[in-house]
Amino acid sequence: MMDYSQFLSMPQEIGLLLVFLLVFIYDTFMPERTQRHLPVFTVIMMALYTIYCFCVPAVKEGTQVFFGGMFEANAATWVMKNILNVGTVLVLLQAVKWTNSDFVSVRRGEFYELTLLTLFGMFLMISARHFLLFVIGLETASLPIAALAAFEKRHYESHEAAAKYIFTAIFSSAIFLLGISFVYGMSGTLYFRDIASRIAGEHSALLIAALAFVIAGVGFKLSLVPFHQWTADVYQGAPTAVTSYLSVISKGAAAFSFLVILVQVFGAAYSQVWEWMLYAVIILTITLGNLFAMRQRNLKRFLAFSSISQAGYIMLGVIAVNVMGMSSMIYYVLVYIFSNLAAFGVIAAIERQTGRVTMDDYNGLFKTNPWLAFTMMLAMFSLGGIPPFAGFFSKFFIFVGACHQGSVAIYVLVLIALINTIISLYYYLLVVKAMFLRQDDCVIPTIKSHWSERAGLILCVLGIVFIGLVSCIYVYINGSLDAMGSMFKLIQ
Amino acid sequence: MELKLLMYLIPSLIMFGCGVYGFITRKNMIAIMISLELMLNSVDINFVVFNRFLFPGQMEGMFFTLFAIAIAAAETALAIAIIINVFRIAKNVDIKQITKLKF
Repeated sequence: MMDYSQFLSMPQEIGLLLVFLLVFIYDTFMPERTQRHLPVFTVIMMALYTIYCFCVPAVKEGTQVFFGGMFEANAATWVMKNILNVGTVLVLLQAVKWTNSDFVSVRRGEFYELTLLTLFGMFLMISARHFLLFVIGLETASLPIAALAAFEKRHYESHEAAAKYIFTAIFSSAIFLLGISFVYGMSGTLYFRDIASRIAGEHSALLIAALAFVIAGVGFKLSLVPFHQWTADVYQGAPTAVTSYLSVISKGAAAFSFLVILVQVFGAAYSQVWEWMLYAVIILTITLGNLFAMRQRNLKRFLAFSSISQAGYIMLGVIAVNVMGMSSMIYYVLVYIFSNLAAFGVIAAIERQTGRVTMDDYNGLFKTNPWLAFTMMLAMFSLGGIPPFAGFFSKFFIFVGACHQGSVAIYVLVLIALINTIISLYYYLLVVKAMFLRQDDCVIPTIKSHWSERAGLILCVLGIVFIGLVSCIYVYINGSLDAMGSMFKLIQ
Repeated sequence: MELKLLMYLIPSLIMFGCGVYGFITRKNMIAIMISLELMLNSVDINFVVFNRFLFPGQMEGMFFTLFAIAIAAAETALAIAIIINVFRIAKNVDIKQITKLKF
């Protein structure tokens, strides 16, 4: 007999489903003339739900486990989901004007419904402690994004991006499933905890193969380097609102659940197997992402490669395998959400009215659109890690967290990451140089941006400026991780 | 027992390899989709075989397979829809024609 009261103990998931249902009912049953307000309605509902989640105290002390151990809720998952909620509100806010434009407005309800559903899938990924639930969450989080990428029905690029995304997504999930089947063959269970205890001390070829497949499968979602080929094409072809969602929210969720899988399931195989795999992957990710970003002229492709190298920095928090690394990883994702959404918000505002997205189009932008240029500059500074802005603090914390692990190899890794930060400054500043120093005859004319875009950008700028300086935010994240501390005991 | 396990496991891994080979070499998007189905189904065989021969007392692998089949069906439906959309605009489903986005 099932105990239905446990559904009440997962308020975040239930709340999100409630928002989804309200949006769905509005979309289906409200008369035609009120449909125009659907985006604002969704944003308000989502914002209320986010604020509610921040105000309600997180899960009670310790860790709560539901459904026979399949689903786990603790303060850390609570905070991570809150951060994803904030990012989703920003994405939806910036998309309000776009979804009301002529060719998209027929299907605008679908955009919001699918986005909220993918967010629900990410919640499952974060809380799953059983591979069945994890796979369902992973697919719920990645499949609707293919449909979203094909959203601009008139544009051929949108369909090409969707085709490339869906093929790589299925391929990667097949590889991931193969890895899990090997794990199942070794341990006979799919619960994270039981697997960990049954493969402890094992050092077989099957374990190495399984881990390689699992890392490859999740690496596709995180766009780590040997598995990154789809990223730039999909980012360029998909509508900008979808690109920004894909680049921050799903990356953050994948990073968190990746850490949980690697530490909780394969923690005993850390030093023998996956530490070295991850060293190679991180060095390749950061370096190649940077090198390819330098030669991009299309700003969406440029941000795609920049986000590949940022994923490498996020992975530094995973390889640290300690509480400090984990909290700095969550903090990094938070800062990254604000900086990247600021950049994508500016690109979306300009693309919506002029259709121009290459770097040369931005020459002399400061003369005509000083505020947009200023926001873009702050976003680039934060992504590059220039001091007073949040990006500097997140990079600093993540380096310190990695160094806490203490081996010589990790110092070399952090050194390589540091050198890459300097390289990345070069191409981030190329955008700033184009906007402020270059002159051009056909400058983008002065743009009147919609209030929703402006509100989204203002929130992003506030985040970039203040998240680093207001220290209680990091304390809030760090304080939530006590429940996860025991997880790292497995590491050998 | 061990031999019987291998008799199922090796064909399923060969099937997976065929799927990967097809995914890389095929030029038609539908053929690529078929290769992906091969990969997903070989994983299902893996789960069922492990459950049947190594852990016969419980049903976890079987249940996982059921869910995996459902998820694979959803993936295929979505992929076919996207392929149809590409066909409407590009008038073919040849992967060599789908090269507008690159570098």
